[in-house]
Amino acid sequence: MSFFETRHLTKHFGGLTAVNDLSFQVEKGEIYGLIGPNGSGKTTVFNLITGYHPVSAGEILFRGAPINGLPTWKICKLGVGRTFQVVKPLRRMSVLENVMTSAFNRTGKKSEAMDKAMEVLEFCELLKKKDYPAKGLTIGDRKRLEIGRALATGPELLLLDETMAGLTPQEQTAGAELIRKIRDSGITIIIVEHIMHVIMNICDRLLCINYGQDIARGTPVEVANDHAVIEAYLGKE
Amino acid sequence: MKLPRWSTLIVIVLLLAFPMVVPSDYYRHIFIIALMWVVIGSAWNLLAGYTGQVSFGHAIFFGSGAYTAGLCASKLGISAWWGMLLGGPVALLVGLVIGWICFRLRGPYFALATIAIGEIFRLVATDWRSLTEGMEGILIIQTFRSKIPYYYLALFLAGASVYAIHRIMQSKWGYYFVAIREDQDAAEAMGISAFRYKSLSLMVSSFFTGLAGTLYMNYMAFIDPHVVFSLHDVSIMAILVAIIGGVGTLWGPPAGAFIMVLLQETFRSAFFGLFPPWVSESHVLVFGLLVIFVIRYMANGIVGDWPKIQRLWTRKNPMLPANDGN
Amino acid sequence: MDVLIQTLVSGILIGGIYALIGLGMTLIMGVMKIINLAHGQLMMVAMYITYMLYEYLHLDPYFSLLIAMPVLFALGALIQKYLLNPLLKVDSILPENQVLMTVGLAMVLTEIIRFIFHSDYRSVKTVYSNATLYISGISFNVPMIVAFGIAVLLSAVLFFFLLKTDLGKSVRATAQNKDAAILMGINAEWITILTYGLGSALVAAAGTLLLPIFYLFPDIGGPFTLKAFVITMLGGMGSTVGAIVGGVVLGIAESLGATYISMALKDAVAMVIFLLVLIFLPGGLKTLTKI
Ligand SMILES: Nc1ncnc2c1ncn2[C@@H]1O[C@H](COP(=O)(O)OP(=O)(O)OP(=O)(O)O)[C@@H](O)[C@H]1O
Ligand SMILES: [Mg+2]
Repeated sequence: MSFFETRHLTKHFGGLTAVNDLSFQVEKGEIYGLIGPNGSGKTTVFNLITGYHPVSAGEILFRGAPINGLPTWKICKLGVGRTFQVVKPLRRMSVLENVMTSAFNRTGKKSEAMDKAMEVLEFCELLKKKDYPAKGLTIGDRKRLEIGRALATGPELLLLDETMAGLTPQEQTAGAELIRKIRDSGITIIIVEHIMHVIMNICDRLLCINYGQDIARGTPVEVANDHAVIEAYLGKE
Repeated sequence: MKLPRWSTLIVIVLLLAFPMVVPSDYYRHIFIIALMWVVIGSAWNLLAGYTGQVSFGHAIFFGSGAYTAGLCASKLGISAWWGMLLGGPVALLVGLVIGWICFRLRGPYFALATIAIGEIFRLVATDWRSLTEGMEGILIIQTFRSKIPYYYLALFLAGASVYAIHRIMQSKWGYYFVAIREDQDAAEAMGISAFRYKSLSLMVSSFFTGLAGTLYMNYMAFIDPHVVFSLHDVSIMAILVAIIGGVGTLWGPPAGAFIMVLLQETFRSAFFGLFPPWVSESHVLVFGLLVIFVIRYMANGIVGDWPKIQRLWTRKNPMLPANDGN
Repeated sequence: MDVLIQTLVSGILIGGIYALIGLGMTLIMGVMKIINLAHGQLMMVAMYITYMLYEYLHLDPYFSLLIAMPVLFALGALIQKYLLNPLLKVDSILPENQVLMTVGLAMVLTEIIRFIFHSDYRSVKTVYSNATLYISGISFNVPMIVAFGIAVLLSAVLFFFLLKTDLGKSVRATAQNKDAAILMGINAEWITILTYGLGSALVAAAGTLLLPIFYLFPDIGGPFTLKAFVITMLGGMGSTVGAIVGGVVLGIAESLGATYISMALKDAVAMVIFLLVLIFLPGGLKTLTKI
């Protein structure tokens, strides 16, 4: 039994099949990369896992139990955290309040939520900005906040959707560092990312999809040299 | 704007002393009504200002509370004061059901649904004569001749509701409510059941609004469906009270309640008889203009935009040299 | 049987006018994504304009369409430009600020009219107000037939505008996807102004056409705002064809209700249906492209 797996996951939007018969397994403690060209269905996979869209067919299993059909918040309670590609800060709350709100996922006590939030902010190197209103953050900090909020919900599996798009090279390096640190703290990660050197560096295994179908899987080196992958990204000769 | 502790204290002392210091029943009456609107406005603000669910149907809960008290007297033959115990819970249950129906809708669709349900309540209460006496209304005999007991009761309700909401907003619920207002999708991803917490917010809100309704029944001693289930005079008035004062702030609705009630009374009495009588017809017009003005220029209400108002005032003194000290 | 047919006929005729109300609301909801709580009040203003033209200048109400519609167009456009659009730039806690603004507008319009005309009931009695045609035992009220004809004509013009003209296509594009429309070089702000103006002009037409049939008083706006919602929801959430269907359905339903159920409960029934449609036939704002 895998820590996390999907079986024949399929999603139709009207006539469009955004995810098509996708099956993959993620083992505990690994960083699993999900790549593919724009519009290939990566975000949709995350939206299916977290219950934002009902699946059209297939199954999603987390620690051996099916989670498809559960409401989003329950999936979070079970231990699946996520970030959004288009960041969704709670704009009129401070950075600290954003993360505290997440931390209430595992406690009803304000002091405990506060402690947890401070710990996460320190971990994500956002502590200095804890009293900033979330709407005033730079894009880099917003992405960090997004990660911090997901972390504070106390996940065992973390879904990261392009948390490094739009960052400067330095910020990207720091981001990759942060993701490794998260894994080292015992959290399993599925990461969607376009920035290749990040993906190649931090992922243990990769799955590449196009038009919602898997076209290659394996170690980063294997996938990077795969004929179908190169074709999907660069187009057919 | 956070009121400092000492000014909160002064306000409390002034309100406690008011009916003793001011011997006029007329002013006591105005304050009782204003305090009632503090309760309703704060309750509406919990749901709309903090949780982001704009209701156009708070008359439903006000009316449910008022009729619970009224029916205690007219049908059960017990004192309408029992309604004070029952009215809140009844309104809360009504809120629970309405939330269950309406919270699958978002934004303006939720608002529309609450308008529709409000109209249904008013029309059914008008038509169901065997229960509600229809437009003849329910008349009871006031328990006290003096306004003072009602005043302190209203003051207690207002204080209790503001304090309860303050405590709620400091707790997990408060964080969850605001998260739902700011971004419902993000909130769900943070483990928040938007449906459950919106319902909780609505239940607290309807409970206090229902209590205000029972107060109204006991104090005014007469209700009919068009008074207590009124879209304009209750549901929309609740909205006005909150947005004039400032949505999403603790002290906005209380401030809005006093501003609105005093303004209404000032115009209704044509500035206490100083102006010709036609002025008295313009109080709704003044409300409307005030709403337009506030939304256009003070989107966060008088309390929410207080710093902005202060700045405006200081900038209006160009005579003052910028660096006075030098 | 005759009673039923008679009921249906009056329902359809009034439904044609309701369709105009619904069309105006649908346009506004589609483009601005807001509900307009001043819709019925704008109609009421148009009715008073027509009433004044009739009372003081003895203009025929149908002729007054040519005045009431442009005046309301201008009023609507000004409201959008100076009161609604500026709110988009303000960061406010409630996204429904524009809706709340329309509440304020509704109050102000009603109260200004009440100030001028007081709460008295007024009516326009033309020579043909009570004229009736009989066709095989069914009576047709002449003003209703004329009104129905004009309503159909105006709807046809609106459809032509939306489907065939560049400006109309811009309106539809903005309704479908505002951001994409802006990228395509459409001036969305100007489109919203145009749309609110058009919506107001359409509901003005409805008001003018209803005037010979209804009594007029300042508070007549509120109930018609509610009707406008019912029509837009009934007819399939914001599509233009839907608005026409919704208008006719509401017309028939009211007419049947008035004949076969009590007057008071008929409104409650309309609201229950409205609620059911709102909840169980979701789909959000399907906009004008659903034609
Ligand atoms: N809610 C939706 N309704 C209809 N179609 C959708 C919806 N969400 C996604 N799609 C479509 O599904 C396809 C996959 O989209 P998705 O956002 O999952 O791609 P992606 O791989 O995340 O792309 P990107 O790298 O640009 O983020 C796209 O064609 C998109 O238009
Ligand atoms: Mg994506």
